[in-house]
Amino acid sequence: METLLKSNPLEKLNSTSVVSGARAVVETLIAEGVDLMFGYPGGAIMPVYDALYDYQSEINHVLTRHEQGAIHAAQGYARATGNVGVCLATSGPGATNLITGIADAQIDSTPIVCITGQVASALLGTDAFQETDVVGISMPVTKWNFQVTKAAEIPRAIAKAFYIAKSGRPGPVLIDITKDAQFETFEFHYKPFKSMRSYVPIYKLNLNRIEEAANLINSAKKPLVVFGQGVILSEAEEVFKTFIEKAGLPSAWTILGLSALESDHHLNVGMLGMHGNYAPNKLTNECDLLIAIGMRFDDRVTGNLDLYAKQAQVIHIEIDPSEIGKNVPTDVAVLGDAKQVLHELLLRVEKRNHQDWLKEFRRLEKLEVETVINKEFYPTTETLTMAEVIHGINQKSEGKAIIVSDVGQHQMIACRYSKFSESRSNITSGGLGTMGFCLPAALGAKLGQPNREVIAVIGDGGFQMTIQELGTIFQTGANIKIVILNNEFLGMVRQWQELFFDKRYASTQLVNPDFQTIAKGYHLKSKKIQTRDELANGVEEMLNHDGSYLLEVMVGKENNVFPMIPTGAAVSDIRLK
Amino acid sequence: MMEKRRYTISVFTEDRVGLLNRVTIIFTRRKINIDSITASVSEIKGVHRYTIVVQESKELVKKVTAQIEKQVEVLKAFFHEDQEIIHQEIGLYKLPTQSLFLGGKAEEIVREHHARILSIESDFTVVEKTGHPCETTALFNALSPYGILEFVRSGSVAITKPMKTLAKYLEELEKEIELN
Repeated sequence: METLLKSNPLEKLNSTSVVSGARAVVETLIAEGVDLMFGYPGGAIMPVYDALYDYQSEINHVLTRHEQGAIHAAQGYARATGNVGVCLATSGPGATNLITGIADAQIDSTPIVCITGQVASALLGTDAFQETDVVGISMPVTKWNFQVTKAAEIPRAIAKAFYIAKSGRPGPVLIDITKDAQFETFEFHYKPFKSMRSYVPIYKLNLNRIEEAANLINSAKKPLVVFGQGVILSEAEEVFKTFIEKAGLPSAWTILGLSALESDHHLNVGMLGMHGNYAPNKLTNECDLLIAIGMRFDDRVTGNLDLYAKQAQVIHIEIDPSEIGKNVPTDVAVLGDAKQVLHELLLRVEKRNHQDWLKEFRRLEKLEVETVINKEFYPTTETLTMAEVIHGINQKSEGKAIIVSDVGQHQMIACRYSKFSESRSNITSGGLGTMGFCLPAALGAKLGQPNREVIAVIGDGGFQMTIQELGTIFQTGANIKIVILNNEFLGMVRQWQELFFDKRYASTQLVNPDFQTIAKGYHLKSKKIQTRDELANGVEEMLNHDGSYLLEVMVGKENNVFPMIPTGAAVSDIRLK
Repeated sequence: MMEKRRYTISVFTEDRVGLLNRVTIIFTRRKINIDSITASVSEIKGVHRYTIVVQESKELVKKVTAQIEKQVEVLKAFFHEDQEIIHQEIGLYKLPTQSLFLGGKAEEIVREHHARILSIESDFTVVEKTGHPCETTALFNALSPYGILEFVRSGSVAITKPMKTLAKYLEELEKEIELN
């Protein structure tokens, strides 16, 4: 039998303490400031779990019901707090179950450190039990990864993992540790990781470029800011707001930039992209200057690139050099951290007030309110719309809640209509579009921000992809409000089938279980709402309830999300119906 | 669509297990075929260099090079067109030794092509030709009638014409990092 030599009781380590690799993992995590992690045990990671047993007062390890739940929870935690999310899994299937979340974190620039157990180093490459080449598998979707085969490598590898995950453009990092390295003892010595010559997290500011950008902004007649998560990741929210206010710049957001600027700000002109608002999409192709800040011109934002903002000059403020010119040609590229760049730009832009130009946005917005939004909020149909549920939540939460959404129609509705007054309040899977993200991410967000209301808005399809995490929510006693927008369809795919595949509803109809009975099984208070007059009370009861609550709302089965930019069309070809 | 050309990408890296895989994945993602790839040491201890040759548009090569350079542990990545580099490949040819004697012109061909004979055994002879792919191919075609038993060509290696040294780039990188 393999057993760990426990140092008994735990003494504070000094510079020459001899410890096992497993204990070194835990000690290094604590030194990196970790007090919460998510994971699932198994053979190859057991020594680390054994070590964690002695550190329960220092690290709260949350046992999820699936490794995918663990990593999405770590993502939710990271997005809500700005800290590095940490998760732990065993080798083989444990490690491969993390991959979807790692890919999600990579494309959405979320700082995550994954630690996986691996078979003993002598067995590597032999198809040992639960062996998988997770370093190879995760390579395309990690910012960095590393396999540890000697205990002495552990402190440096983990310190380096944290440094890489959180610096520059954040991302996921994976450290794979063979079981023998976890057992091996060595003289523990931890040192924070400071820098490496092959990695430049943030490039030196080029003040000439900032001058050029400022000149363009000062002479623009119809400038438009498009901002993304870079504003949040660099904690630039305050200077961003001061900057746009001084230069009088209408500002539109990507769904990952959402909540960086409060919803009711007079310069907030709404959501970009496929299901975004009418005005910013339309006017992207009329502005004379496009100022992109911490965003990467995703295809869902740009529509047809050949028809995207061709009339405008483009300033791209970006931390990652490989993003510059990747999708949209840039006139002035400002490489750097958004906060630093905006501080410098703020000093150089002149006070402006583009009232007439802003009025253009408001005029088109009015058109969208009349043709789309009013019908969504105050429908004449008997069935409920997703938007009136979000509208109902807004009225009670007053923009203070963290809204976590899954993927699909309800996600677009949640992003379009949720109101926010604080940053880091919209958590959703943007780039990867991972169904099943929401429920575990909401748990992670709540554990990271226990004093904030966390509302998980999920479709009936995505809910069933990680429904098992209700068990984790129950076990942790976390207070999460779960809103299921149930249309008994995979709604977004059905919408596309209706519009582009001649209503051939191939495999999109769901025969669902009784979610009320499921909630009961997990001892969750719940309610099902089928009519409009129950809605306001239902939302109120949910928000007033002390503890988790599942509110299932039956919504129109074949409702569509509009406006919409059809695939291959220009942003300005956005359709209101 | 821009015109496809031969580009040589030079990647300078730390000496790390798996890094070559991380770099080649960037080509795989975009379904770019790598014509040739070599990995070797460089003039600086601990710094490795990969020489990767592809046929692609300049625009795409530029984006791919930026994505390579973004990888942690990649120090620098450059791309060059043929006129900006001196590049060479080695071709090795195995021929039946008797074909050199049986009245043919094999030996003459070897001399004309400035190739050299590396080894003569009783049953086979190995010829080496260093040059551009067109030159090693020309020799292949010329020797074909004599029955080539085996042929192999190395990946391209290249030295760039610009005079800025790797040491200078590393110095600049370290300055960037100090600022963080």
